[in-house]
Amino acid sequence: VDTSDMYINGPLQVNTDHAASQSNPKSGWEAKVVEFFKDRLKEKDAHTWVPSLNDVPLHYLKPNSLVKFRCLIQDMFDPEFFMGAYETVDPSTNVLRCGRYKDVTECGVDFNSRNTVTAERQTFYCVPIPGENPWVKEISSSSRVVPSTSYAPTRQKRSYEEDDMDDMDTQPQKQREPHSGHTEQHGNGDCKRQETEAPSSQTASASHLDLNFPLPGEKGPSCLVKVYEDWDSFKLNDTLEVFGILSVSPALSALADEKDASSSILDPTESMETAEEQRVHSPPASLVPRLHMLYARPLPHNNPLLPSATLEDNSAFLSSTLSEMASVRAELLTYLTHVLLGDALAAEYLILHLISNVYARRDVLPLGKFAMNLSGCPAAALYTQRFYQIIQQLVPSSFYLGMSLQNMNQMRLVPKKDYVANRLVSGALQLARNTFLFLDETHLEQGQLDTTGVRNVTALGNLISWQKVDYDFNYHQMEFPCNINVLIASEGRSLLPSDCQIHLQSQVSPPNMEEYLSNIQLHPQTSSQLNKFRIYLSVARQLDYSISDEMTKSVEDDFVDMRKDDPQSVSAEDLHRMLVVARLLSLSLGQTSLTRDSWLRAKHIDMLRRSRMEQHQCVNGNEP
Amino acid sequence: MSSPTSTPGRKRGRDGNPATREFCSTIPKMFLPNEVDMSSPLMYGTPSSRVEGTPRSSVRGTPARQRPDLGSVRKAPQVDLHSEPPSADGAVASEPNAGQRLVIWGTDVNVGTCKEKFQRFLQRFIDPTATEDENAGLDLNEPLYMQKLEEISVVGDPVLNVNCLQVQSFDAELYRQLICYPQEVIPTFDMAVNELFFERFPDSILEYQIQVRPYNALKTRNMRSLNPEDIDQLITISGMVIRTSQLIPEMQEAFFQCQVCAYSTRVEVDRGRIAEPAVCRHCNNTHSLALVHNRSAFSDKQMIKIQESPEDMPAGQTPHTTIVYAHNDLVDKVQPGDRINITGIYRAVPMRVSPIQSNVKSVYKTHIDAIHFRKTDEKRLHGLDEDAEQKLFTEDRVQTLKELAAKPDVYERLSSALAPSIYEHEDIKKGILLQLFGGTRKDFSQTGRGNFRAEVNILLCGDPGTSKSQLLQYVFNLVPRGQYTSGKGSSAVGLTAYVMKDPETRQLVLQTGALVLSDNGICCIDEFDKMSDSTRSVLHEVMEQQTLSIAKAGIICQLNARTAVLAAANPVESQWNPKKTTIENIQLPHTLLSRFDLIFLMLDPQDEAYDRRLAHHLVSLYYQSEEQIEEEFLDMAVLRDYIAYARTYINPRLSEEASQALIEAYVDMRKIGSGRGMVSAYPRQLESLIRLAEAHAKVRFSEKVETIDVEEAKRLHREALKQSATDPRTGFVDISILTTGMSATARKRKEEVAQALKKLIQAKGKTPAMKYQQLLDDLRGQSETAITKELFDEALRSLADEDYLTVTGKTVRLLA
Repeated sequence: VDTSDMYINGPLQVNTDHAASQSNPKSGWEAKVVEFFKDRLKEKDAHTWVPSLNDVPLHYLKPNSLVKFRCLIQDMFDPEFFMGAYETVDPSTNVLRCGRYKDVTECGVDFNSRNTVTAERQTFYCVPIPGENPWVKEISSSSRVVPSTSYAPTRQKRSYEEDDMDDMDTQPQKQREPHSGHTEQHGNGDCKRQETEAPSSQTASASHLDLNFPLPGEKGPSCLVKVYEDWDSFKLNDTLEVFGILSVSPALSALADEKDASSSILDPTESMETAEEQRVHSPPASLVPRLHMLYARPLPHNNPLLPSATLEDNSAFLSSTLSEMASVRAELLTYLTHVLLGDALAAEYLILHLISNVYARRDVLPLGKFAMNLSGCPAAALYTQRFYQIIQQLVPSSFYLGMSLQNMNQMRLVPKKDYVANRLVSGALQLARNTFLFLDETHLEQGQLDTTGVRNVTALGNLISWQKVDYDFNYHQMEFPCNINVLIASEGRSLLPSDCQIHLQSQVSPPNMEEYLSNIQLHPQTSSQLNKFRIYLSVARQLDYSISDEMTKSVEDDFVDMRKDDPQSVSAEDLHRMLVVARLLSLSLGQTSLTRDSWLRAKHIDMLRRSRMEQHQCVNGNEP
Repeated sequence: MSSPTSTPGRKRGRDGNPATREFCSTIPKMFLPNEVDMSSPLMYGTPSSRVEGTPRSSVRGTPARQRPDLGSVRKAPQVDLHSEPPSADGAVASEPNAGQRLVIWGTDVNVGTCKEKFQRFLQRFIDPTATEDENAGLDLNEPLYMQKLEEISVVGDPVLNVNCLQVQSFDAELYRQLICYPQEVIPTFDMAVNELFFERFPDSILEYQIQVRPYNALKTRNMRSLNPEDIDQLITISGMVIRTSQLIPEMQEAFFQCQVCAYSTRVEVDRGRIAEPAVCRHCNNTHSLALVHNRSAFSDKQMIKIQESPEDMPAGQTPHTTIVYAHNDLVDKVQPGDRINITGIYRAVPMRVSPIQSNVKSVYKTHIDAIHFRKTDEKRLHGLDEDAEQKLFTEDRVQTLKELAAKPDVYERLSSALAPSIYEHEDIKKGILLQLFGGTRKDFSQTGRGNFRAEVNILLCGDPGTSKSQLLQYVFNLVPRGQYTSGKGSSAVGLTAYVMKDPETRQLVLQTGALVLSDNGICCIDEFDKMSDSTRSVLHEVMEQQTLSIAKAGIICQLNARTAVLAAANPVESQWNPKKTTIENIQLPHTLLSRFDLIFLMLDPQDEAYDRRLAHHLVSLYYQSEEQIEEEFLDMAVLRDYIAYARTYINPRLSEEASQALIEAYVDMRKIGSGRGMVSAYPRQLESLIRLAEAHAKVRFSEKVETIDVEEAKRLHREALKQSATDPRTGFVDISILTTGMSATARKRKEEVAQALKKLIQAKGKTPAMKYQQLLDDLRGQSETAITKELFDEALRSLADEDYLTVTGKTVRLLA
């Protein structure tokens, strides 16, 4: 801990030390500093020492310390120019100072100095990963680091820290209390002081501030991440783990206050922005801290149970999970069959759906998507909600969208650019990759969709068919590809398109549905078993997959034969689906290439599913 | 874009060649303003000069107008190089002329030389590349800008727009200075122009002195590539206006009056601040001066926000925005939604946390002071925009495209590059390819015909799940101005235009729909059959006249909708019924169908070899190596450029042989039908043929339509007809299925049945009323061919039309 101490708590010192040792600002010391941190962070488990903004309330974190943040890029602001290096006016302390990784300069700046270097950086507005399930938060925070608090910012505290580290049990307990909820209301100590000074304006603006989370009811800090290099490599909706220097300087919030009070004509450059824009782009730092990025790690998944290194780099973990996969799959299948009222086929499809992933795009066609329509869901006893709660326990992030008329007519699904505030107002479809989206159609009642409703349904349809969302930029639309697993639960056939529809055939008819369901939930699933399922689903999704030449040939032959028997029965679309099913089936068994068996099995279960649909259609002739 | 680490250090304000920078650093810092040469351009246009009317021999009488677009004039003195060690800048110092030893502080601009050079440019520049239509009314062999000055003297609008590219071709050094030090060079230009102007037209009276507005700086930049090095330089960027502020009066000069002795003084605003005089110079009272707003000078200012054009953006990122300030007469020149090119000076201003605190937020605010606006979507005389072209194609690109065009199999290559994920359907892809290129636009308005449709319309119909939607999506993604709508979800107003109240201005505004938005592009309409009749009816006008007439809420107008329509329709019964005609299968009015140049059927062919190829295609689609994907990805970008290039530059005309071939083709098509007593081609089909042939010539980058183009057009047209207009009863291609909705044989059959029925009734003698069912049975018994109930009904109806009988319920009554 001692070695990490210095760079976690005083990264800026390291920075300035470097700066001071280099008289010439252009000698590339910046690169060296970044290298230094990257190397440190790559060290085994080094990143686990860094406190995370996701788990630790902001006021427990020391300003200017190194923190990490697991987030989604919700919006990208305009690049900004800042003083990369500057000189102070005061000649006695006239040294070259570094403006990087800081929001506010120290001392008076000599604007006429010819040593001033202007540099550019980009700001991203980041929010915690939308729809992240409670179990993910719990697990990641249980392994969290105890930060040095801002209440004891002295170095001596370090020695206590070691003791604290030993009895980890007490410390997180202490922190969990303030964790819940009112983090947003009271930021750090500085903020509190300000509130007493100017209670009216501060609280007003705080309550007005919309943190722009994609999903309703989300909590957690959002962050303005300042990026210093390679910002072109980041894309909207990317999920990242950002390591950076926390900046909560109260001066940043003061800035916003002043604007309202004195809008001077004589300072035209500053009075130009609307108050709205001010509020969005420079919110109080106590609510939206600034994070100066040193290093960011793209997250291929947000499952904390998996090792953070990529699967390829971690062959030991991979081989151990692969060997277990078949058995875990069997257990999961039993469990899900139970949940799906004893329907094993539906459970099998559900597993395939849960590990599906858009792995490539060919011109406009997304490959690997597997949107599923689970029809025949019992409307009674909130079955769908219970069902969702169970899935929630298995996938890292998910969202439940009840497709009631009211929801469809009122919800904002598609993000829209607000030109007044100059930001992208988020919508429920701005989701991270591999988020599980549960559309509950059993709530749909009779009525009329209004314009918004029609647009929302169209957006959902586009999402399912093309895995893209057209963000509304008022004057034009912009297409953002996405990778979201959509499951539609409905009574009859869904009004939305889907890649495969399966009709639920309940094998058990429990007299009391309510009781049956609550029993499942209370079913003694030990957390270790749940964890096994969670790891299984995440790993299966990330495996590579290939089809050998012989298999290609045999699949072709099969297709030709099937068409020969009955050309109406199999179309190109069916082949598309069967190829996806075969892929997912292989992966679910931990096989990374298609085998004859898996292909036959894929054909078989698809046949079962289709015969069931036909059967169902015969029974229920008025079905469309 | 350079990353910040690699961004070279730059002193705020100046940058230039390394020599200059070095030279600057050797200047002693205590240069005082009184050393400044008073004839310097820096004094030009300052408030003092306006008030006292600086006497300058040639421009006497015409007031100079302040140029807030160039920023407040800084107190930057000129520097006499000879006070420096001569080694500092040998080249300049060795100039023999003493007057040229002065450069503006921090730059390498010498006012005299610069002025002279610019005057020489104005007097001598003749644009070698100018074309007649670009400069209507100007003599191309005379110096361009002298003619423009003459225009100014006549029109009296004292603005001279100067194309930077022309400056560059004339004098690269002058251009470099203009780009690097616009704030100093433009006033020098102003001065030069005014001297020249008033020399030539001493008597002309202008509102104020001529202002030079350079545009089209070569460093035309994408907003994304602006970086700190561009600060204080002249830049041209393109973008879309998203917001404009209200007019802001900006104080340029404050007027103070002493409360004690009424002595007045003026203080000019420097970088947004006024230095309030503390002591009255007249009566020496302290703090006795008060600001008099009425007598202060203000200038107009407007904040405009522009956003990157969607085309310029990398995928997966949000567009950047930049603030632009427009001054004086540039205010209110642009509206939100306009696409513009802006030439201006890029600025960065530090932000202060508060006036009291010494801490400064280490961020600069950036904006552009606009000097020149140019709307890019405003069509100039002949509909071409030189800026857009320059940006689109580099010479290398044009070269690659031309090489591609020279290949004999370019047509096949391009059509196979189209939607590679969709298997086969070669002819359909070829049809769509020709649609993407379009015919040549012709104007027959003199002869009363109006515009002649150049766009090719295509309808795809066929079984569900034959990747029709996917083709549409692909096309929509390929073309820059494409619109995608679904017939199910779109209304007539959504396609055309609607009037709504703007929430901000509370005025009625016309919001255009998909068809208008895809003017010059392609409108993809999926589920065409699901469209309501009223919605479909708006398409009639668009698909032939290419305009949209709107009369609603007091707005009556005709909008251009020169869009090609690519529609997809599903059969009414979920499966295509091969026993029925196209019309019967998709139930679309024939009036609409006849407006499609090509109607393709996308059916599921049932053939083993096809199945095998399809399966192979699909499997490899799901598992293909990276390189192959890469290869095809490249193709899409090339394809897009290829089409854009052909659409802008190639305007093929019919050659003599081609016209002959077309005539023959048309005559042949008419002949086919006339043998069986039906018309198999109409002039509309001839027009289609011409369009297709032209489009095919465009594919070859040929300015002439030749016989091979006509051959391909004929072939494709025949293929499409074969698929869609084959009469299922006879097996013959019958165009009347598409034009009248019924095949000629079917019509003939109907006639026959009606006659037989009439005979039957007449044979029955004088029975005024008959049972419907009995009549049907009788007719069936008599006829040798099967008579369906529908056929019988139709026969009854046609007899009823002749007023021979009436049908009421189950009885048929004869009319006397």
